Amino acid sequence: MSYSRLESWWRRVGLGRGESASNGDAPVALAEPPPGDVDDRTGEAKPVPEPAAPVDLPVLKAADFASDQDVRWCPGCGDYAILAQMKKMLPSLGVPRENIVFVSGIGCSSRFPYYMNTYGIHSIHGRAPAFATGLKAARPDLMVWVITGDGDGLSIGGNHLMHAIRRNLDINIVLFNNRIYGLTKGQYSPTSPLGKKTKTSPMGAIDNPLHPLSIAIGCEATFVARSIDTHIKHLEGVLRRAAEHRGTAFVEVYQNCNVFNDLAWQYASDRQTKSEHTIELEHGAPLVFGKNGGKGIRLNGLEPEVVALGNGTSEADLLVHDERAPEPSLAYLLSRLRYEDGFPEPIGVFRAIDAPRYEEELATQVDSARRRSGEGDLNALFNSGETWTVP
Amino acid sequence: MTRESTATVSTEELPPSPALPASEKRTIRLDGATVRLAGDSGDGMQVVGGQFTNTSALHGNDVATFPDFPAEIRAPRGTLAGVSGYQVQFASRDIFTPGDTLQALVAMNPAALVTNVKDLEKGGILIVNEESFKAKDLKLARLDANPLEDGTVDDYRVIKVRLDTLNREAVREVEGLSSKLQDRCKNFFALGLIYWLFGRDIEPTLRYVQDKFGSKPEVAAANERALRAGWYYGETTEAFDHSYQVEPARLAPGTYRNVMGNQALAWGLVTAARLSGKELFCGSYPITPASPVLEELSALKHFGVRTVQAEDEIAAICSAIGAAFGGAMAVTSSSGPGIALKGEAMGLGMILELPMLVINIQRGGPSTGLPTKTEQSDLLQAMFGRNGESPLPIIAARSPSDCFEVALEAWRIATRFMTPVILLSDGYIANGSEPWAIPDVDDLPPIPVEHPPAKANGQPFLPYERNERLARPWALPGTPGLMHRVGGLEKEDVTGNVSYDPENHQHMTNVRAARVAGIAGDIPPQAVDGPARGKLLVLSWGGTFGACTSAVDECRAGGLSVAHAHLRYLNPFPANLGEVLAAYERILVPELNTGQLRMLVQSRYPRECVGLNKVKGKPFTVSDVVFKIRELVA
Ligand SMILES: Cc1ncc(C[n+]2csc(CCOP(=O)(O)OP(=O)(O)O)c2C)c(N)n1
Ligand code: SF4
Ligand SMILES: [Mg+2]
Repeated sequence: MSYSRLESWWRRVGLGRGESASNGDAPVALAEPPPGDVDDRTGEAKPVPEPAAPVDLPVLKAADFASDQDVRWCPGCGDYAILAQMKKMLPSLGVPRENIVFVSGIGCSSRFPYYMNTYGIHSIHGRAPAFATGLKAARPDLMVWVITGDGDGLSIGGNHLMHAIRRNLDINIVLFNNRIYGLTKGQYSPTSPLGKKTKTSPMGAIDNPLHPLSIAIGCEATFVARSIDTHIKHLEGVLRRAAEHRGTAFVEVYQNCNVFNDLAWQYASDRQTKSEHTIELEHGAPLVFGKNGGKGIRLNGLEPEVVALGNGTSEADLLVHDERAPEPSLAYLLSRLRYEDGFPEPIGVFRAIDAPRYEEELATQVDSARRRSGEGDLNALFNSGETWTVP
Repeated sequence: MTRESTATVSTEELPPSPALPASEKRTIRLDGATVRLAGDSGDGMQVVGGQFTNTSALHGNDVATFPDFPAEIRAPRGTLAGVSGYQVQFASRDIFTPGDTLQALVAMNPAALVTNVKDLEKGGILIVNEESFKAKDLKLARLDANPLEDGTVDDYRVIKVRLDTLNREAVREVEGLSSKLQDRCKNFFALGLIYWLFGRDIEPTLRYVQDKFGSKPEVAAANERALRAGWYYGETTEAFDHSYQVEPARLAPGTYRNVMGNQALAWGLVTAARLSGKELFCGSYPITPASPVLEELSALKHFGVRTVQAEDEIAAICSAIGAAFGGAMAVTSSSGPGIALKGEAMGLGMILELPMLVINIQRGGPSTGLPTKTEQSDLLQAMFGRNGESPLPIIAARSPSDCFEVALEAWRIATRFMTPVILLSDGYIANGSEPWAIPDVDDLPPIPVEHPPAKANGQPFLPYERNERLARPWALPGTPGLMHRVGGLEKEDVTGNVSYDPENHQHMTNVRAARVAGIAGDIPPQAVDGPARGKLLVLSWGGTFGACTSAVDECRAGGLSVAHAHLRYLNPFPANLGEVLAAYERILVPELNTGQLRMLVQSRYPRECVGLNKVKGKPFTVSDVVFKIRELVA
């Protein structure tokens, strides 16, 4: 597995020998069991059986991606699980550590790069997508991850998020949504629900919340997905799909801040209720959910509705997920299914389409300018136009 | 023209132009002249001003220009607010400014006349389009009386031209041209007349017209006809019985071209990238007067230049920092308001200790201020416009062609000391132009840049281990074994790990300051023009170079003891500056602000300085400075 993944990485950075893998290959099934087991409390990987070693490449393990710095999140914070899944997933890509850069803004979540044994930039509040844009434009050969929070990405950095997505650079953005400002100790965030009481909203928040995926789809993101910190297998799969996507991959992770906003996602993470309150998206499959798969989502005109299967209603009546639909309306509709409105919230890949990538377009322009005008010659440039000579 | 009396009368013919016959009138030789073309912002004054400049430079004159235009693209037609002007001084000697007073003024309408005529010297030539002085034109300019009749122009040699009619007649035969398009050629008619008056060759402008309008042959033909008609008008009108001739200047041998400041800056950046073996990355957001830097660079992709027009100035600098981390030569260009937005990220660049350039083409402030006017009021912003102790080197260009040199020098400092460098220019330099002795790129010294090699021994990489200049290594992603994390939290010395240790913070703060201070040992000592000690030193920086140089020359020629030091390095100051200042009884600091350099100098050295300060959106005239020097030493 490692070997073929690396092959595809080399191809992606233009060093490949073979044909470039066509986009739109069958997506890697999210349900694929992870190679190891995971400690439920911390989300840290238990020892992982090593994949078959390729002849000429070192095989990395999750531990190889851990930096020597102590992780300083609060015990029980959902960020640990995301870190663990990232470290577990990355070796399977076969991308050398030195070719990976994690860029973050400011927030608890944004401490992430310090804990990865890759290159990293812990930047300033909200601007990580802009750093990633410059880095990827200058160095298309690097794999660039952006780690952001709901405040970082949607409040102070909303503008940059929007523009990174529309440019469709080949970067992966993971937004840790805990619906609160964690690092500044518990003020309401742009994703906090109406009425949320916090230190700065003692009478309840009156700002309508933003919905990260609706925004990403509104900006016509080419890859949009959601997962949950505690749903570790699913999360690992979503991160891998994001990594494999060519273009800006936007992933929202429901993350529990057990200190300032504990249980904000309980409906979606609780073992007892999650099958009722979430729906796992699968490309080409009908939208079925519920304890025994007994319910589904049906379209009534343009309105989605929850239906019970049986009694004349079958899977054939249900909405079928198509993550590759060029038109983003269906993905948008899915992003609007909300627990508070009586719907299960979709998790998994909402949208994955192929579109030109900014850094490649930029490189193409540079190449074609060189083809058209020849490699830039400074003496010729300076002497172009009208000149005169003083003897 | 005041210089006429001293000029020799020549019976020589004009140099023959294949495009025109030689003038049959006599010519009078001048050693230089200053001309301003003024009209409505829709009249194309900037275009013909640029043409006059280029042609004069090609003629071999030294030239200096001052384009002056409103912030609105098209302010209401004919109003005072809409006046746009382009001033050129051209001479057979070295000149440093676009000139204080005009020897000739072209005024296309009443608004242009009344706003500009006070700069015309007594007896100077005033060319007006007399057909644009109708009642409605006067009303647009809010004039009660016709300035051609109320005494306003009594002191000048007024040449009234029926420009509308003559121009229409000239272009009438070109087919497929609306009357609106016909009238658009008026500026070329006026240019033709000025070309005749100063014996300029029309050939370069004919080439320009072909180049520019080649795809619209009727427009090209009409502009060409208007230009020629203007020239013939000068040759035939009885208003002129002679024209003027300004011989080529005795510039140092070499090949020259005319360059504008922003163009020279962009070319300097591309050159610096080449000299350091880097590809250039520019992340910028459009803003007057800095946009042309991004525009120039965007057109140089065949030099490997990558430009990103970011969503705002914050993203622009952040993208540049990202590119710098990736190993590119990264720059971001803006003007005051944009630099204000970049403040936080500049602090990050400083603590990350990554090389990059932050370019500020200063304009009139505060806030949106005077976008199209010049000022030097962002020096303290450059020094202190960031939170925390965050010193950055500052270097300033002094003239359009100097922007090239300064770009190379800024990048040399940035890479040698691993720091963002702030490069200051201003609207006056950016839009102004002058002859530039074209360098041979192969003669320019390389700017060596090193990156640490891959590490295989498993030892941790130390990103904040410093060399003798206190610079840290520039380790690039993609290099095995050098994985490291940088960020805005205080770094432990050597390891670069996050550190809240009080001693370390004190130490790192000191080191960062010492590193920037150390640049003083790596730059040339401050040079002084004039006596090494004496009564008065004029200390200037940036775009006031020309006015201060000319003023000091003039005063010394008049027997005054005055020296001039022009600062290129504003932070740190050259190591010998204290000694230089100590050698003079008084120090005059002329600045287009309320005393920013003066404040820095006085706080650093035990010297009281006298300020000459002006914030009118205009550069100093030479006489502004001369007047002050005389007041201090005469
Ligand atoms: C310019 C600026 N403004 C404000 C802050 C303070 N600040 C730091 S993190 C943060 C909010 C972080 O919230 P979020 O992005 O949701 O991250 P979390 O801590 O919840 O992971 C704020 C307001 C800052 N560091 N910089
Ligand atoms: S404050 Fe909340 S988000 Fe931050 S580390 Fe603690 S639990 Fe995690
Ligand atoms: Mg948060």
